[in-house]
Amino acid sequence: MTDGVELPAYARSLGIVLTGESDGDMPVLTVDFGPMVEGRPQHFHGGATAGLLEKAGYAALRTALIAAGRDPLLKPINITVQYLAAGKSQASFAVGRITRLGRRNANVTVEAWQSDRARPIATAVMNILMV
Amino acid sequence: MQRAMNTPPARFDAREASKWFFRHGHTGWLGLRFTDQGDNWVELELPWREDLLGDRSRPVLASGPIISLMDMASGMAIWQTRGTFQPVATLDLRVDYQRPARERASVKGRVECYRITRSAAFVRGVAYDDDLDDPIAHVAGCFMTIGADPRQDNPALTEALGDD
Repeated sequence: MTDGVELPAYARSLGIVLTGESDGDMPVLTVDFGPMVEGRPQHFHGGATAGLLEKAGYAALRTALIAAGRDPLLKPINITVQYLAAGKSQASFAVGRITRLGRRNANVTVEAWQSDRARPIATAVMNILMV
Repeated sequence: MQRAMNTPPARFDAREASKWFFRHGHTGWLGLRFTDQGDNWVELELPWREDLLGDRSRPVLASGPIISLMDMASGMAIWQTRGTFQPVATLDLRVDYQRPARERASVKGRVECYRITRSAAFVRGVAYDDDLDDPIAHVAGCFMTIGADPRQDNPALTEALGDD
């Protein structure tokens, strides 16, 4: 199901990779901790966490669209990121969920976590326009 | 020459701080640069780079690095306003995209801190390429100071909030 998900140059250079599926075939993206994502010493930069969330949101939407036989151009409308806990010096994971797939707009919720799936470090809500 | 122990530290200056902030870590990898500042705002630049593309069909910067740019400019606007480098944590950050960045354009992020309290700081700003009045995105965010708990020197708050 996740075969159709291709990550853009930015995600590849940051080291974001597809590591599996969960939550009903939705792709799980991972980024390891390292200098490229470090903000204050030994912690994820909020921007890197947001980048991971956003890519997981797009990957989830692309997966749902492929399943529905659709291939629209995606344009970002907005994203709101909530930071819940500091991202520590270990791998982070993220997976998106389609809250609503409309004809022109999709509302996607994304969660990021580290060692414990039940303790998210950040969440995001995204509105994406489909043309 | 050594500074006397009781001399207050120099006021936070975004231009000076940029010299070491952007030497390493995520912001160093992105290549962020300082461009301008005011009493309560800071502007940074994310230079154009081929490997930060967000979309294979068009040569424009991805939205991920633009969020990083705005998050960093937000933190620095707060320190600039407060005058001291006191660590802050992002509670939330909202980005409303207005239009795509121009092809092969660098993006600037200008963020102002419009309200600051002992515990919280509120910011708003724009990301733009050519014209400040024709932004790529608007942002709004809320940050919290970390480290010292301000309730410790405010008995009214301690009582109201219990002792957690």
